[in-house]
Amino acid sequence: MASHATTAPETHGHPALQHHFENMEQQREAGTLGMWVFLVTEIMFFGGMFLAYTLYRSMFPASFASASNHLDITLGTVNTAVLILSSFTMAMAVYFTQVGKHRPQVLCLIVTLVLGLTFLGIKAKEYSDKYHDHLIPGRLLPGNPYNPVVAEHGDKDPHKLHLLEGATVKQVEMFYWIYFAMTGMHALHMIIGAGLLTYLIIFSLKRRFDPEYHSPVEVIGLYWHFVDIVWIFLFPLLYLLGRHLEHG
Amino acid sequence: MKPIESFEVPLPPKVNYINAKYGLKSWLLTKDHKRIALLYLASITFFFFIGGIYAMMIRLELLTPQGDFLQSTTYNKVFTQHGIIMIFFFLIPSIPATLGNFLVPMMIGAKDLAFPRINLLSWYIYMLGGVVTIYALLAGGVDTGWTFYTPFSTTFSNSYVVATGLGIFINGFSSILTGLNFIVTIHTMRAPGMTWFRMPLFLWSLYATSMIMILGTPVIAITILLLAFERVARVGIFDPALGGDPVLFQHLFWFYSHPAVYIMILPSMGVISELIANFSRKNIFGYTFVAFSSIAIAVFGFLVWGHHLFVTSQSIYAGMIFSFLSFAVAIPSAIKVFNWTATLYKSSISYDTPMLYALGFIGLFTIGGMTGLFLASLAVDVHVSDTYFVVAHFHYIMVGGALMGYLGGLHYWWPKISGRMYPEGWGRFSALVIFVGFNLTFLPQFVAGYLGMPRRYHAYPPEFQVFNVLSSAGASILGFGMLIPAIYFVWSMRYGRVAEANPWHLPGLEWRTSSPPPTENFETTPIVTWDAYEFAPREETEVVGKFRPELERI
Amino acid sequence: MSEHIVPVRIYVTIFGVLLVGTALTVWAAFQDFPWQLNTIVAMTIAITKATFVVLYFMHVRYSTRLILVILTSALFWMGIMFALTFSDYWTRSWISIGY
Repeated sequence: MASHATTAPETHGHPALQHHFENMEQQREAGTLGMWVFLVTEIMFFGGMFLAYTLYRSMFPASFASASNHLDITLGTVNTAVLILSSFTMAMAVYFTQVGKHRPQVLCLIVTLVLGLTFLGIKAKEYSDKYHDHLIPGRLLPGNPYNPVVAEHGDKDPHKLHLLEGATVKQVEMFYWIYFAMTGMHALHMIIGAGLLTYLIIFSLKRRFDPEYHSPVEVIGLYWHFVDIVWIFLFPLLYLLGRHLEHG
Repeated sequence: MKPIESFEVPLPPKVNYINAKYGLKSWLLTKDHKRIALLYLASITFFFFIGGIYAMMIRLELLTPQGDFLQSTTYNKVFTQHGIIMIFFFLIPSIPATLGNFLVPMMIGAKDLAFPRINLLSWYIYMLGGVVTIYALLAGGVDTGWTFYTPFSTTFSNSYVVATGLGIFINGFSSILTGLNFIVTIHTMRAPGMTWFRMPLFLWSLYATSMIMILGTPVIAITILLLAFERVARVGIFDPALGGDPVLFQHLFWFYSHPAVYIMILPSMGVISELIANFSRKNIFGYTFVAFSSIAIAVFGFLVWGHHLFVTSQSIYAGMIFSFLSFAVAIPSAIKVFNWTATLYKSSISYDTPMLYALGFIGLFTIGGMTGLFLASLAVDVHVSDTYFVVAHFHYIMVGGALMGYLGGLHYWWPKISGRMYPEGWGRFSALVIFVGFNLTFLPQFVAGYLGMPRRYHAYPPEFQVFNVLSSAGASILGFGMLIPAIYFVWSMRYGRVAEANPWHLPGLEWRTSSPPPTENFETTPIVTWDAYEFAPREETEVVGKFRPELERI
Repeated sequence: MSEHIVPVRIYVTIFGVLLVGTALTVWAAFQDFPWQLNTIVAMTIAITKATFVVLYFMHVRYSTRLILVILTSALFWMGIMFALTFSDYWTRSWISIGY
């Protein structure tokens, strides 16, 4: 039996202190630093897709603008507001944990989760619209290959693809490939975030966190804010890039 | 500071990390970084042998100019899988996950890494990636080359690209978690008095390696995912049918895969720094330069990936930039070689097995590095690209460099890890056999490649046969040489001489606890008041009028 | 605890700023600015919003310099990936070498 020569059990501190750390401060610092290092990997992960987007947008501006205009700007804007609100409630959840207000803390976590699920629900609706307009790229869904209907000049049908001058259907498919890759990855991270929030809610109800120990709340908060930031960039890049070229 | 001889080394406790708890569950659910290191050791050794079998098949086929042993499609699978297994499942985790996991907490005076459960998780993720990849190999294999170039991998290959890619993708997380753990540990868990510049150079190189793992691995992760989706959807961002560029895949792939080669060599360089200093009983020459050169290699390594794209449609101007940067990245590596050599000068060298590997490294890595400069020159690269010159170059670095460092480190720290000494005579013998076998295998390949023999071909013009026969002969010697340590390490665990706490009589922090160490590493948290390679007791360095070469500090 | 507790009014203010930024970017998207200004305006707003989230919601304003260095490095590395990749794509047309 290895002896804990440094500290006697009675002075070992908070029950959540792990044996290889000297004190809660060191543990908290390590946890925060660890999450930031992980977020670096996430930045590089999404960065690859932003690179592909930037490249092809610079090569096919008209097609990308046309494709972007087909996205529902109302749903996109609402989703952006939903995520920003959820970031606010997440920050408030951390705040309430720091000051030891248990009930508002749990409430804020629940609201954050609900908002996240709302985002995912709206996303599902958007994806379903794309499905019905036959805009899923390639043969990703073999039963519904990419096959949009191009609108004639003057046709105002919102389900048809309106091509600007110089745009082609194939390049629009490129946009949608990138759209699904980026928003799909983002949604996956939201789902993981929702799982993490559920864990936080359960353990908050068990009163696991207090002003001394709330590293998981803070650290999952960092993750949630990061996912929000990715969307802050995705929204203008995917939804807004061609609106000024939209002709009535 | 007390001279080393009088330092009180604790008697080996009856209980150490190996016998502290028995049972399979205590190993498979351990949080002890030392046990996790051994789990990794077993796994990577297994994958090394699989990769070695593929190598054997390659060298057997290439004995004759005709493609008579394997069909061309099978040969494509063999060299692809040799590369994938050796790179992703052996070289990248090798030193960090075994020696690194074992030693990082011990060298900084901590009880464990910052996140022990994440450490264990990284091993399980590694195993899961391995299982998925082995499934893909058994189901039919992959034939795209380990580089997975599009459009062959996305559109035309009929092999298990998605499954293999998934295995590699999963394995990448193992790498990321290991790097994350090291970075946080080194920042937050150093013992009192252990400043950055008192750390052993092995830790500096592992820190630099972790930087690369964190910044680079996610890019290969997304690239493999995009590749897999493109294969499933039948169109994608690399597909000219949509206006895509296949070379974009190469940019994204090599953005990680070039720094990946620095993941493979940096830890080995760290081991060499330890071996050179310790087995010449002299402080490393230019500690600060060696430490910062590790960071420089990590940073510069990210700026050169385009040299893999010289013969593609990449712009010539970009090619010039990448060529210049590729020359620049050689500088920090050269700085290390100069410093190691200067350390050896006027030192007290003992030619134990680890030192033999270290000396071999210096020579072979230099050859490998210099041939890299040939490849960095645009015009020369056009001539030797995709020939055996390239194959020889990277094997000199990865086998002559990384593998020798790994074996040297394994021998050096074996007494600490297992509490037993390996048989020194057999150790030296196998080091020499490996050195001879290695050179016989790969030196002829430089010539063959320069004269025009292409890589990845199972049949070749008869004028290259002599080089291939030499190479295959060398490979059998190399294989034999590597089997010997495999046998005696296992033998030593039962029958080797019991090692004392500090069998090499060295000042490093890891030698100031028992061999094997207790689970908590140190009886009490050490307070560090000495530099990394302090061989001469401080109070004796002011001796004047008497030339004592062993105390000279340049 | 040496942890800094950010006051609620800061959080509320930042939240308001983010909503305003969102409205602004949507409005600006429909204005036809000359040259590439639409993109520049959109990206500026996005970067500003992200900066506020990082500094205040993610507490970087109150954290150690190490965290800031790590975050900046990540963005710098992404920059390297972009810069050197585009050094290829944007110079391909500069020279015609026969194909």
